[in-house]
Amino acid sequence: MIPTFLHAIPLSSQVINLCAALMLLLAFAMLAQRRVLTLINLFMMQGFVLFVSTLIVALTTNQHELLVSAGITLVLKVIALPLILHRLIRKLSVKWDIETLLNIPTTMLIGIALVIVAFNVAQPISQLSGTITRATIGIALACVLLAFLMMITRSKAVPQVIAFLAMENGLFFAATSATYGMPMVVELGIALDAMVGMVIGGVFFFHIRQQFDSLDIRQMERVKEG
Amino acid sequence: MIELALVLATPFATAILLALFGHRRGAAEINSAGSLLTLVAAAALTIHIISDGPMTVYDEQFFVDPLNVFLIALTALVGFTTSLFSGPYMRVEHDHGRLSSARLRLYHSMFQMFMCTMLTALSTNNLGILWVAMEAATLTTVLLVSLYRTPASLEAAWKYFILCGVGIAQALFGTILIYFAAERVLGQSGALLWTHLDAVKSHLEPTVLSLAFVFLFVGYGTKTGLVPLHNWLADAHAEGPTPVSAVLSGLLLNVALYAIIRCKVLVDGALNTHFAGNMMMAFGLLTVVVPAFYLSRQKDVKRLFGYSSIEHMGLITFAFGMGGVASFAGLLHMTVHSLTKSAIFFAVGHAAQMAGTQIIDDIRGLVKMSPTIGWGLMLGSLAILGMPPFGVFTSEFMILTTSIKHYPWATPILLTALGVAFASMFHKVQGMVFGEPTVRPLAHNPALLPVFLHLGLVLMLGLWIPPYLAEWYRQAARLIG
Amino acid sequence: MNFYALFAQLLELAVALVLAPILNGWINQCRAWLQNRSAPPLLQTYYTLSKLFHKDVLLAHNASTLFRAAPYIIFSCMALSCAIVPTLSTDLIFSPAADAIALVGLFALARVFIALAGMDVGTSFGSLGSRREMLIGFLAEPALLMVFFTTSLISQSTSLSTIVETLAHREFAIYPSLAFAGVAFTMVSLAENARVPIDNPATHLELTMIHEAMILEYSGRHLALIEWASCLKLFAYSCIGIALFFPFGIPEAAQPAALALAAIILILKLTVGGFLLALIETLSAKMRIFRAPEFLGTAFLLAVLAMLVHLLLEAGQ
Repeated sequence: MIPTFLHAIPLSSQVINLCAALMLLLAFAMLAQRRVLTLINLFMMQGFVLFVSTLIVALTTNQHELLVSAGITLVLKVIALPLILHRLIRKLSVKWDIETLLNIPTTMLIGIALVIVAFNVAQPISQLSGTITRATIGIALACVLLAFLMMITRSKAVPQVIAFLAMENGLFFAATSATYGMPMVVELGIALDAMVGMVIGGVFFFHIRQQFDSLDIRQMERVKEG
Repeated sequence: MIELALVLATPFATAILLALFGHRRGAAEINSAGSLLTLVAAAALTIHIISDGPMTVYDEQFFVDPLNVFLIALTALVGFTTSLFSGPYMRVEHDHGRLSSARLRLYHSMFQMFMCTMLTALSTNNLGILWVAMEAATLTTVLLVSLYRTPASLEAAWKYFILCGVGIAQALFGTILIYFAAERVLGQSGALLWTHLDAVKSHLEPTVLSLAFVFLFVGYGTKTGLVPLHNWLADAHAEGPTPVSAVLSGLLLNVALYAIIRCKVLVDGALNTHFAGNMMMAFGLLTVVVPAFYLSRQKDVKRLFGYSSIEHMGLITFAFGMGGVASFAGLLHMTVHSLTKSAIFFAVGHAAQMAGTQIIDDIRGLVKMSPTIGWGLMLGSLAILGMPPFGVFTSEFMILTTSIKHYPWATPILLTALGVAFASMFHKVQGMVFGEPTVRPLAHNPALLPVFLHLGLVLMLGLWIPPYLAEWYRQAARLIG
Repeated sequence: MNFYALFAQLLELAVALVLAPILNGWINQCRAWLQNRSAPPLLQTYYTLSKLFHKDVLLAHNASTLFRAAPYIIFSCMALSCAIVPTLSTDLIFSPAADAIALVGLFALARVFIALAGMDVGTSFGSLGSRREMLIGFLAEPALLMVFFTTSLISQSTSLSTIVETLAHREFAIYPSLAFAGVAFTMVSLAENARVPIDNPATHLELTMIHEAMILEYSGRHLALIEWASCLKLFAYSCIGIALFFPFGIPEAAQPAALALAAIILILKLTVGGFLLALIETLSAKMRIFRAPEFLGTAFLLAVLAMLVHLLLEAGQ
C-alpha cells in the first residue's frame, strides 16, 4: 500500500525540485530579514541556488546556451551584485536595520497567502506542461509575488532594489527550470537589465544621499536663523 | 529592409555620437538631424509597407505590418518635432543654470536611445525582445526623468523605476507563460516569434494564455498608466524636462499599449471569447473615470496634463477592448492624442519657462506676453478636451457611438468623466491664458513650429481623413480585430 | 496476541527508560567539551535521580492532591509517548491505539498538568513559568502538528508505524518538504524541551527561566520523576526526529537479531544527534522571551511551507 511517490522521476529533476523549495525558503527568509547585510547574503544564496538549478538543466538537456546563462548567473548574481551592494552600503553607512511598513509576522502571513494563491494559479498550468519539473512554475510565481510583497513593504531604497533583483531571480528560475530554457537573447537581456538597473540604483543612492544631506544642512541653517 | 535598418540604426548611432559630443555646441542640431533622418526612413518604410504589404526581416526577428508601421511613423514624427522643440527649450534651461553641460549630453544621448528602444519595441517580432526593449525604455526614461537631480525629480524617478520595474517583471512572467504554451505547439525555436504564434494561436492552450494575458496586461498596463498602477505617471511628467514629458505622453504610453494589443490578438485567437477585451474595457473605463476626478485638484500644470494623458489612455484602452469599429477609433485617437498632447507640452514648457514656475496659479496672462504660446496652449487644450472641429472630437465621437450601440451602460459613465474633465481643465487653462500677466517674455525665440504643425494635423484629421490614411487605419484595425 | 509485538514494545519502553538519562548526560558532556569545561560523568543524571529518590518529599502547606499526582501523570505520559514512537521496530503492540495526533495530545496532557502544578502552590515564579510554558506550547503545538501532517500526507496515514514504515523503506528520493519539516521540527523540539534559544536547562535565572520556574516547589522523588520525565521527553523528541527524518535501519523482519541491530543503530544515531544538539546550544545565544513567538512562528511557517511544497511538488506526479 505504498502510495505513488517520486521514484519515477530522475535524480536531476529531484534536485531541481529541491532547488525550487530552497528558492521559496530563501524568498521567505528575505521577507523576514531585519538586517541589510544578511539580506544581501540571502540574495547571494538565492543566486547560487538559481545557478545550480540552471546548471543542472543545462547538463541534463544538453543546451549549451544554458551553460552560458548559468555562468552569467554565477558571475552577476552570486559575485558581482552582492559585492556592489556590500560596497554601496559601506559607502552609505546605512548598515543595520530595515524599516518595514508592516510588521514582520503580518508580512509572513500575507506571504503564506500569496504562496497559496500562486500555487492555485499555477495548478492548471503545471498539469499541461511537458517538462518533468513543471511544478516549479508555481514556486517561481510564488517567489516573484513574495519579492513583490517585500518591495512594497520596505521603505528604504537598498531593500527595494534587492527585492527587485529577487524578483528577477524568480522570473529567471521560471524561464530556466520550469520551461527548460527560453531562447538565449531574452536571458541576456534580463541579466543586462538587472545590471543596468543596479547601476542606476547605485547612482540614485548617491544622489538621494547627496540631496538629502544638503537638505539637512539647509534645514540646520534655517533652524539657526530662526 | 534597408529602411527598417535605418529606422533602428539612426537613433542608435546618433545616441552614441551625442554621448561623445552632446555637450558641445550644435548637439541640439545633431539631435534634430538624427531625428529627421529617422523620420525620413520611417516614411520610406511606410510607403514600402503600403505598397508591398507586411514583411518579416532579419531571420524573422523583425516584423512590420500596417499596425506597427503606423506607430513607427507616428513615433518618428513626434520624435522629430520634439527634438525641434527641445533645442531652444534646453538652451534656456542651460542658461538658467538648471542643467550643466554634462547633463545636457546625457539628455541628448538618452533621448535618442529612448527613441531607439521604442522603435525596436514597435518593430520586433520577438516577444522577448519586445520585453527587453520595453525595460530598456524604462531605464532610459528613468535617467531622463531624474535629469534635474532635484529631490522631487529623484523621488519621481525612483517611483517610476520601482513601479514600472515591478510591472515589467509581471510582463516577463506573462511572456514566459506564452513561451510555456507555445513550446508545446511550436517547439523550442520560434516559440516567441509573434508571426509564428499568430499562425498557430488557435492551438495554444487557453488557460495558460488567459493567465499570461493577465500578467502581460498588468505589466504593460503599468507602463500605459492604467489605474490603479498610474501613480508614477503624473510625477514623472511633472518632474522631468518638458520634452521628456511630451515623448512620455505622446509615445511611450502608445508603445506600451501596442504591446498589450499584440498580446490581445494572440489571446483572442486562443480563447475565442471576449475575455481580453472585457478586461481592457473594465480597466479602460476605470482609467477614464478616476483621473477625471483628480484633474480639478492639480496645482502643477504638467501634472494636470499628465492626468489628462492617463484619462485618454483609458479611453483608448476601452476602445480597443470594444474592438471592431472602435479599434479604428482607438487608432485615430492614439494619433490625435499623441499629436495634441505633445503640442500642449511644448506650449506648457515655454509657458513654465516664462513664468519660472509650473504652478498653475502663478502662470497668468500668457496671451498678452506671447500670443502664440497662449493661443497654442488654448487651442491645444480645446482640442484635447474634444471640441470640434479637432480630430479628438472625431475619435471620441466614434468611440461613444460604438459604445452606445454595443455597451450602452458605459456611455453615461464616459460622458460624465469627459464632462468633469472638461470643466476642471478648461477653467484652469483659461486662467493661465487670459488674466493679468505675471509672466515675462523669453530670451530666445521659442520653437513654436511643432505646436502649430501638430495642431494643424489634428485639425486636418478632424475635418478630413485622407482616404489612404483611412484605408491604412482600416487595415490596422482589422489586424487588431 | 502477537508475542513479537509485545516483546518489541516492552524492549522499546525499557530502552527508553534506561537510555533517556544517559542521553541527557551525554548532551551535558558534549556541551562541557564544546565550552572548554571539564565534563560531568556520563551517568551523572542517574546519580542525581538516585539522590533525589532517597530524599524526603517536602510539600507546601497549601499543596493539593493535583500537586502530588502531577509528577506521576507527567512521567507516565512521557513514558507512554516514548513507547509509541517506533524506534526499534514498527511492529508494536500500542501502534494501532495511538497515532501521531494522539502523541501530540499526550504531550499536551503532560503540559497541562505541569502548568497546573506550577500554579498550584501559588508562588509567583510558578505562575510565571506556567504562563510562559503555555505561551510556548500554544505556538509550538500547531507547528508540530503541521510537521506530522506533512509526513502523514507523504505516507497517507496518521499512524506512526505506517509513516515510519513508508519513509524507511522507500526508494531513494529527495523530498524538499521533508527538509522543511525537519528544520521546523528541530525548532519546535528546541522550544519544547527548554533548550537554549528559548530556555536554558542549566540556569535558575528568574527573569528568563520557563521550565525550571514551574518545578521550583518540587522536591525528593517528585522532582526526580519530573526530571526523569523531561529526559524522556527529550528522548521521545529525538526518536521522533530520527524516525521521521532518518528512519534507515529500522528493521522490517520480526526477528530478535534485527532488534539488537536496530538498538545499536539507534544508539549511534542518538550519539550523533546529542552531539548536534549540544553544538546548536553552544553556538546560539538565548533569545529574549518576547522573541520566542517569532521563533516559533517561523517554525510554523516552515511546517506550512513543507505541506504546501509537498502538495505542489510531490503530490500528483
